[in-house]
Amino acid sequence: MTISLAFDLLLAAALLWSAWRALVNQDTFRSVILFIVFGLLLTLAWARLAAPDIALAEAAIGAGLTGALLLDAIGALRGKDRQP
Amino acid sequence: MKTAAIVIGAAAFAATMIAALLDLPPSAIHLPRLVDANLPVSGVTHPVTAVLLNFRGYDTMLEIGVLLLALLIVLAVGTHDGADAAPTADPMLQTFARLAASLMALVAVYLLWAGARQPGGAFQAGAVLAAAAVLLHLAGVLPAWREPGALLRSGLAAGFLVFLFVAMALLSQGTLLQYPHAAAGSLILLIEFALTISLGLILAGLFLFLSGGQGSDS
Repeated sequence: MTISLAFDLLLAAALLWSAWRALVNQDTFRSVILFIVFGLLLTLAWARLAAPDIALAEAAIGAGLTGALLLDAIGALRGKDRQP
Repeated sequence: MKTAAIVIGAAAFAATMIAALLDLPPSAIHLPRLVDANLPVSGVTHPVTAVLLNFRGYDTMLEIGVLLLALLIVLAVGTHDGADAAPTADPMLQTFARLAASLMALVAVYLLWAGARQPGGAFQAGAVLAAAAVLLHLAGVLPAWREPGALLRSGLAAGFLVFLFVAMALLSQGTLLQYPHAAAGSLILLIEFALTISLGLILAGLFLFLSGGQGSDS
């Protein structure tokens, strides 16, 4: 009980911390990386809640595809900055 | 000062919501028991797939419709047609991407097939397919999509259309998407197969249509 409880508490704290950091960060690139980290931690949380279906979907869509889209958007924005 | 006020306000709102949630009476209908009781007639043995594709098939049909609509709007807003900056052709990366993509296609088929009995199913399989396409694009193997051709268009719409045709064919019974018991398993597999193809293409399309000309538009 103690080890799993400690893991769950750590996971919840890491989720809240990464969500907060992703929101308040000034650097958009860092925010996106933190968003992906948040998605992967959320995948772990779903797995801990015995919902592997949602964990799979979250890992693939939430963290993977959305993260890739956001990174692509940053790349496009920076490319625009360089050659206005 | 302003931030503190917002944080306190948000915390108070969250506390109120949690208090309201704890106040709710327990629901009168016990859904998991209903699902368990009706699982034998659903055609699959995994409760999540049974709910998604059989008991609440209507929701899933609208879901794929919404995703298709999102992609249509992306296409309507217009893809960039500026010249692509040639991606750095790293042979090591490309070889690895090709290797990984073929394994990912295998995983997608497994997830689709396993969905009837254990966690998995069309949405996860489609997402893995889309991720493989994005990986290939980022490695410079797969060019960004411009105008979708006839084949791509029919692939994008296949999931929704197959779902719609099954629903129409079963409409004569009087209920929407109520599968006959004997054919339920194969109908669900057919729908899931079409859904996987379409979801993979739609999710990949959201990336590949948008990333057409990075920063090359004025």
